[in-house]
Amino acid sequence: MIPEIGLFALVLALLVAVVQAVLPLVGAHCGVAPWMRVARPAALLQCALCLLAFGVLAACFLRGDFSVLYVAANSHSTLPAIYRFTAVWGGHEGSMLLWQTLLSVWGAAVALLSGRLPRDYVARVLAVLGALSIGMLVFLLWLSNPFARLSPAAPEGRDLNPLLQDPGMVAHPPFLYMGYVGFSVAFAFGLAALLSGRLDAAWARWSRPWTLAAWSFLTLGILLGSAWAYGVLGWGGWWFWDPVENASLMPWLVGTALIHSLVVTDRRGAFRSWTVLLAIAAFSLSLLGTFLVRSGVLTSVHAFAVDPGRGLYILSMMIAVVGGSLLLFAWRAPQVGLGGRFAALSRETLLLLNNVLLGVAALAVLLGTLYPLALDLLRGEKISVGPPYFEAVFMPMLVPALVLMGVGPLARWKRAPVPELGRQLRGALIASGACALALLALTGGRLSGWTPLAGFGVVLAAWCIGSALSHAHDRLRTAGEGGLGRRARRQPAGWWGMLAAHAGLGVFVLGATLATGFEQRQEAALAVGEAVVLDGVRFQFESLDPVAGPNHDSVRATFRAGAATLHPEKRVFRADGTALSQPAIDVGWRRDLFVVLADPVGDGRWHVRLHVKPFMAWIWAGVALMAIGGLLAMADRRLRMPRHERDPVSSHPAAPARATAPGRARSPGSAPAGVALPGGPALTREETA
Amino acid sequence: MKARQRRLLAVLLGLGALGLATALVLRALGDNVMFFFSPTQIAAAQAPRDAAFRLGGLVEPASLHRDAGDSLTVRFVVTDQVHRVPVRYRGVLPDLFKEGKGVVVAGRLREDGAFVATQVLAKHDENYMPPEAAAALDHARQAGATGSARRAGGVAADSPALVPGAAP
Repeated sequence: MIPEIGLFALVLALLVAVVQAVLPLVGAHCGVAPWMRVARPAALLQCALCLLAFGVLAACFLRGDFSVLYVAANSHSTLPAIYRFTAVWGGHEGSMLLWQTLLSVWGAAVALLSGRLPRDYVARVLAVLGALSIGMLVFLLWLSNPFARLSPAAPEGRDLNPLLQDPGMVAHPPFLYMGYVGFSVAFAFGLAALLSGRLDAAWARWSRPWTLAAWSFLTLGILLGSAWAYGVLGWGGWWFWDPVENASLMPWLVGTALIHSLVVTDRRGAFRSWTVLLAIAAFSLSLLGTFLVRSGVLTSVHAFAVDPGRGLYILSMMIAVVGGSLLLFAWRAPQVGLGGRFAALSRETLLLLNNVLLGVAALAVLLGTLYPLALDLLRGEKISVGPPYFEAVFMPMLVPALVLMGVGPLARWKRAPVPELGRQLRGALIASGACALALLALTGGRLSGWTPLAGFGVVLAAWCIGSALSHAHDRLRTAGEGGLGRRARRQPAGWWGMLAAHAGLGVFVLGATLATGFEQRQEAALAVGEAVVLDGVRFQFESLDPVAGPNHDSVRATFRAGAATLHPEKRVFRADGTALSQPAIDVGWRRDLFVVLADPVGDGRWHVRLHVKPFMAWIWAGVALMAIGGLLAMADRRLRMPRHERDPVSSHPAAPARATAPGRARSPGSAPAGVALPGGPALTREETA
Repeated sequence: MKARQRRLLAVLLGLGALGLATALVLRALGDNVMFFFSPTQIAAAQAPRDAAFRLGGLVEPASLHRDAGDSLTVRFVVTDQVHRVPVRYRGVLPDLFKEGKGVVVAGRLREDGAFVATQVLAKHDENYMPPEAAAALDHARQAGATGSARRAGGVAADSPALVPGAAP
C-alpha cells in the first residue's frame, strides 16, 4: 500500500504542476491577479507532494520492501542503513525522483523568498518551473516509475553497486543535482523576463543570489564527485575527462560565465541578451548532463541506464526546452535595448573576455564529449576522445582566463584609466612575486624534477592568490576610518566572496599542478614484511588480516609509512560476490599517501600500487574555497530588494538585510527596481576599487 | 565606445576566440582520437600498427594468467567468438574484470600480433556490456552467422559502469 501512496503523490504533483504552469502564465499575460496568486500555493503544494513521494521511496528502502522493483534492484537486507537510504538515488528511477524533488524544492524556495518581487514576474517564474516539473513528472510516471511493483516480491535485493557504498555517494548526487536543477531558477528568471518584455538590470539583480546558490552547489557537487572517484575507483586520479565529468563541467563553466555576466547586467545594464542566453545555456547543459548520464549513451564510468525510450524522452524534453527558449529569445531579445556603454579597457571588457573564454572552453568540452556519439550515430565508427584532447584544448583557454581574473577586479567600470590600472597591477605583480617565492619555499625543497609546465602552474597560482591579496590590501587600506577589522567588516559580502573564489581557484591550480606534476607511483609485488621506498617514504607491509564488514568480507592490509598507518582492503561483497579494492589514503597538507591492494599474485605476494601525491589536499581546499566564495556572495545585502518595497509583515527567512552598517555601499534602493540603467548611476569608489 | 564599435569588438573577440578554439580542437582531435577495432577487424589487418586504439570483446575463459617473469604483468585473450587477440597488460586490473565477461582495452598492436594494453576497462554488472564490446560481438556474429542470444535484457539495468584500471 505504501508505495502506491508515493505514486499517487506523484500523480497529484503532476496535476498541481499543470495548474502551476498554466494559470499563472495566462493570469500574468491577461492581468488576472487571482490566477497569478495561484502560483505560490501551487509551488508549495507541488513541493510537499514530491517530498512525500521521495519520503515514501526512502521508507521502502529503509524497510527493505523488495516488492518494489527499484528497491529490489538496488538494495539488500544486509546493506547498512545509511546506504539503504542513499540507495534511493543509487539507480536511474530514484535519481530522476531526486531531480524532480529538488526542482520542486527550488520552486518552493522561490515562492517563499520572492515576496518582494512583482507579482506577475513571480507568477511567470513559477509557471516556467511548473512546466519543467510537468516534463519531469510525466517522465517519472510513464517511463521511469520508481514505485513499479515486482510480483511476486523478490526474496532478496540485488544489492547496491559496491562502488556506490561509499560516504562520497551519500552527498555527491544531492549536491550535484541541487546545482544542476538550481540553474532552472536562473533559466526561469530569464524566461520570465523575456516573457514580460522587461529584460532589465532588475532581472539580473533578482536572479544573482539564486544563480550563485546553484553555482555553489554545483561546485560542491563536482568536488564531492571528484573526491569520490579519487577515494574509491583506486586509479589514483581525481579527474578523468570522463564524459560524465564533462557533463558536470560544462554547466559549471557556463554557470561561471553567467554569474560574471549577471554582475555586468546588474551594475551596468549591459550584456542583457547575452546574459539571458547564458542562463538558457547553463540550464540546457544541465539537462544535457542529465541526458548523457541517464540515457546510457555513453561508455562511461557512470553510464547507469540502458534504455533507449528514456533517452529519447529526455532528448525530446531537452530539445523542447532549448528550442522553445531560444525561439522565445529570438522573438523577444531584439526588443532589448543596449545597456551602459564602456571603453575598450574597462571592467566590462575584461568580463566580456572572461565570458568568451569560458564559453569557448565549454564548447570545446562539449565537442569532445559529443563528437564520439555523433560519429557513432552517423558513420557507425567507434572512437574515444581521451584526456590528451581535453588538456590540449582546455589549458589554452584556462590560462588567459586566469591571467585576466587577476586584472578584472582592479579595473574600473565603464573606463579604466591606464595609469591607475598600471599602478594597481604593479602592486598585484609584486604581491604575486612574493606569493610565488612563498609557495616555492613551501614546496621547492621537497620536490624534484621541475618542468617548465610545473613552474608555469605555480606562477599562475601565485598570480591568482597574489592579485587577490593585493586587491584586498589596496581596498582595505583606503576603506576609510577605523581599525582593520572594522574596515574589513564594512566591505560587502559579495566582494569577500569574489576574493575567496578567485584565491580558491589559485589554490586549486597549485594543488592540481603539484599533484599531477610531481606524483610518484610504483607497482610492486609485495609479501608481508617487505617494504618499498617511494619518494623518500618507506611503505612497510606489516600484516594482512581477514576482516568481516557488515555486508562484505575483506582482506585488510596494514602498511606503515612514517607516522601514518594505512589499511587498504580487498573486499568481496556477499550479495553478489563482487570484488572491490578499497584504497587507503593518508591525507596530509603537504602530500597524500595512497595505497591500493590489488590482487594476490602467488607465493603469498600481493600486487600493490603506491602513490605519493604532493599537495593533493589543496585541490579540494581550493574548490571548497570557491564554493564558500559563492555562498558568501549570495549573502550580499546589496542583492536584497530595497527596503521600501519590502512587505513589513512577510516572514522571509532571507530577508533580514538590516543595513546595520550602511557604509559607502551604494544603497540598494538608489536605482529603482525595474528601471534599466542606461548610463549607469554615478560610480562610487566602492564599485570601482 | 560607441554601440556599433562595441558590437564589432564583441563579434571580433568572439570570432577570434572561436577561430583559435577551432584550430586547437581540430589539432587536438586529430592527434588524440582513439579508434575502436574488433578482433575480426584486427584479423583482417584493418587496425593500425603504428597508433594506439581500443579493442573490445569478451575475455576468453581460462585465458587469464600472470607472466612467469613479472608477476605484475597479466596475459589474457580478447575474443569476439570468431577471432582472438592475445593481450598483455602490466598494472592493476579493474575490480570487475572477469573471464567470460565483456572488456575494452586501449593500447597498441605489436609486430608479433599481441596487443599491449595501457588501460583496461571492464564491465560492471550482469545486464550490461560496454557498447563497443557488444558491437564487436554483434558484428562478428552477423559476419559468422552464428546466431545466439547475445544478452538477456534484465529487469533493471542499473549501475553498469566501466571502471578504468590505471596504466602502469
